[in-house]
Amino acid sequence: MKTIVVVGNGMVGYKFCEKFIAQADHTKYKLIVFGEEPRVAYDRVHLSEFFEDGDAERLSLAPRSWYEENKIDLYTNERVSEIHRASKTITTSNNLSFHYDHLVLATGSAPFVPPITGVEKKGVFVYRTIEDLEETLAYAETVKGGRAAILGGGLLGLEAAKAVMDMGLEPHVVEFAPKLMPRQLDSRSSKVLQVKLESMGINIHLSKATNQILGNGKITGMEFGEDDTLDVDMLVISAGIRPRDELGKSAGLELGTRGGIVVNNKMETSDPDILAIGEVALYNQMIYGLVAPGYEMAQVAVDQILGKEEVVMAEEIDMSTKLKLIGVDVASFGIPFMPADKGHSIIFENKTESLYKRINVSHDGKKLLGGILVGDADDYNMLLQMYQNEMPLPEQPEALIIGSRGEGGSSFGSAMDLPDTAVVCSCEAVTKGAICCSVLEDGNENLKAVAKATKAATGCGGCKPMVSDLITESLKTLGKTVKVQICEHFEYSRQELFDLVKLRNIKDYDELLDTVGKGHGCEVCKPAVAAIFASIYNETANKQETIQDSNDRFLANIQRNGTYSIVPRVAGGEITPKQLMAMGRIAQKYDLYTKITGGQRIDMFGAKLHELPLIWEELINEGFETGQAYGKSLRTVKSCVGSTWCRYGMDESVSFAIEIENRYKGIRSPHKFKGGVSGCIRECAEARGKDFGFIAVEGGWNVYVGGNGGANPKHAILLAEKVDKETAITYVDRFIMFYIKTALPLQRTAAWLDKLEGGITYLQNVVINDSLGIVEELDQEMQALVDSYKCEWKEAVETPEIRERYTHFVNSEATDDNIEFVALREQKMPKEWV
Amino acid sequence: MTTLPINMYETVSEDAVKVWFKAASVSKFPKNGGACIKYKNLQIAIFNFTREGNWYACQNLCPHKMEMVLSRGMIGEENMEAKVACPLHKNNFSLKTGKHLNGDLDSIATYPIKIEDGFVYVGFSD
Repeated sequence: MKTIVVVGNGMVGYKFCEKFIAQADHTKYKLIVFGEEPRVAYDRVHLSEFFEDGDAERLSLAPRSWYEENKIDLYTNERVSEIHRASKTITTSNNLSFHYDHLVLATGSAPFVPPITGVEKKGVFVYRTIEDLEETLAYAETVKGGRAAILGGGLLGLEAAKAVMDMGLEPHVVEFAPKLMPRQLDSRSSKVLQVKLESMGINIHLSKATNQILGNGKITGMEFGEDDTLDVDMLVISAGIRPRDELGKSAGLELGTRGGIVVNNKMETSDPDILAIGEVALYNQMIYGLVAPGYEMAQVAVDQILGKEEVVMAEEIDMSTKLKLIGVDVASFGIPFMPADKGHSIIFENKTESLYKRINVSHDGKKLLGGILVGDADDYNMLLQMYQNEMPLPEQPEALIIGSRGEGGSSFGSAMDLPDTAVVCSCEAVTKGAICCSVLEDGNENLKAVAKATKAATGCGGCKPMVSDLITESLKTLGKTVKVQICEHFEYSRQELFDLVKLRNIKDYDELLDTVGKGHGCEVCKPAVAAIFASIYNETANKQETIQDSNDRFLANIQRNGTYSIVPRVAGGEITPKQLMAMGRIAQKYDLYTKITGGQRIDMFGAKLHELPLIWEELINEGFETGQAYGKSLRTVKSCVGSTWCRYGMDESVSFAIEIENRYKGIRSPHKFKGGVSGCIRECAEARGKDFGFIAVEGGWNVYVGGNGGANPKHAILLAEKVDKETAITYVDRFIMFYIKTALPLQRTAAWLDKLEGGITYLQNVVINDSLGIVEELDQEMQALVDSYKCEWKEAVETPEIRERYTHFVNSEATDDNIEFVALREQKMPKEWV
Repeated sequence: MTTLPINMYETVSEDAVKVWFKAASVSKFPKNGGACIKYKNLQIAIFNFTREGNWYACQNLCPHKMEMVLSRGMIGEENMEAKVACPLHKNNFSLKTGKHLNGDLDSIATYPIKIEDGFVYVGFSD
């Protein structure tokens, strides 16, 4: 058994442990961890959140029990004081002694306190640990309402400024450089940030070198030069960090000239048994004060100890970063400042809105080299990905920074366009592929689950929006649309609303709005809900007429000039000469334009509103019933002539079409649906261009579902082969019912099937193999709809209150004098629009 | 009729009303729906927004394609602003201001409306 001693229980030290136990065989290695702070490792990046609730537990990366569970010996409040390289042991300040095979130094850094006269005075603090914050907080209580200075206008200093503001003090940021965040921002973006922060009540003093801290025993002010002082009651120093390299120094490890323990790309110090990671390690002559490189170093150290020597630190370390500073987005990536000989910069600045965006583009305009965002960093993740993956830029690269505001949309493609290898979470080095895989293959369906499984978005959290997008998009490919809310009045998907209506037995739109919705409804939710009522109770559109789409409200198709067209049902396209004559006589009487439709029936156009019940009364007397051409419901079942006449026919397609059209007539659904029956594989009825289709073959019927014509033609897919008629009907019954219950509003069966997880195989399992155990229910529901059919036009003409609706004016017998027709090929058409 | 009555419709404010026209009994108007009335040669759409407890009157003419259809549209609300959706192309108009809500068509004219003794009265300036 080998012993690994980790000195330091900060973020990087913890990450080392986490990665180590995930990879190593715990029977072969023993992990011993020392932390000098009383607490177990916590999230220092989000330290200022400690102020929001004072809950230190919430910041901890793992509870103490985690170390026990993983058989890690954790010593907190225990400082390692010496390394004895010859005997490979360490001793602690409490004189404990331990042997190591590998020693990992993750001692981090300490705030740099500049040697200014008077820094030892009361009321001067640093900003690094929870203890620092607690002390600062206690002192702030005694000077509440006073002024506090923050020495240092870098990232941490500005965080500290926010913290003292929350403590009830007036913040004054004092920076030596002529700009804020000098390492990350150029002068212009820094100025934009400054103006924004000043508007929020943070005072900023630039180009100030502090000579001494004033006050007798406790701080009362700062002196910058002669006659240049600032009265303050408290001071927080945040002037950068210095690596905690004293252990390395005393052990004789090689150090940098300005501190830091020198490491190679294996994280080895000058003694190969001692590794250094995080902010104590000097790599490429740099100390990396960011979480992501620290975590990467931890990974390299783990791999090196476990013998994977090929895993080494990258030569160039990405310093891209995004954070929310006092509510202001600040981000920089790649090369933020760029000399003009390397490329061009495109800069967008809007001081009134505190916006600054800069992208640096190669001379040929093809590559993104880096950039800075202040005020709005929503596009940071996509820009970072474009930079890291050297993705081609759009022809006008400026669209990347200005396009997204002007049009409200983004000029980037979807996150799904990224290569699978793209690193989305740089803190944890999680790729797009890993995130999508976690959704698609492991079934994690939300950010929390994916973060738990992959660790993505658990570091700085900057990649959260992109991870969310990837989850949403991946779910979509599974047909699991992430909650599609019907409209602002119902925070439910259609399927949820369907279940609610059924469960609570709600039969009235107002009641539904009052119980599960809000507001007064709109033209989107009303017809959607009407369709749900129709599907569950099979009520006609006459019952709640004002929630119906206009066509359903008046049971006819509104046409260009506000007149209507009428389509009686002609099941299977079979019509007798007597019916043809009756229809011709009625059309002639009311001067209607007639045409054969694509669904093998006859459409009569040009009826005025008040004529509709008159015409229908006559049609009903001739034995016709409504064809529901106006509804989101079954339209027609098209058929070829079949074996009764055709010499090739395998079966009676017309008889089957009539039977099935009469079975499904009147059933309302998320969108219109159509059927087709062909008597042989020549497929003259174009059944595969329909939502459901039957084709007669040797030995039975082939059943197809999910086809349509229209704008996105799609052939229906084979659901079952060579089944008898009864079985074919049963399968299609279930298919339709399942579709009605689960589709989105106005989603045809093709789109629905397309989005259904598992596609046709899943559907087969549901309707044929009863994988969900619901076929009995589906069968009953379908039979209830079939049994409760009634012709809604018959109901309308026989009910005086409904008939009354068919009048253009409620206060006059006059008709609409705005309607005009012109002649067309011995018939008529509406006058052209103006 | 050959010329379209586009400029026949102008919003009438409450204080400009000279005539309160007794249009029809309230029973003629469906709950949460509309119907059309005739005044001189004008077609006025009247909506009985029961859920809101308000009545609205506007021109029946949709300014998009100049068809007399608005009274047959569905009414509803967007951010609590009452609106009507034209049955032809779902153009939404505010019933309060007449403003086109999902595009930039001309506004529709609106008219004052009141209910007295079970009758609907619409205000006109002449």
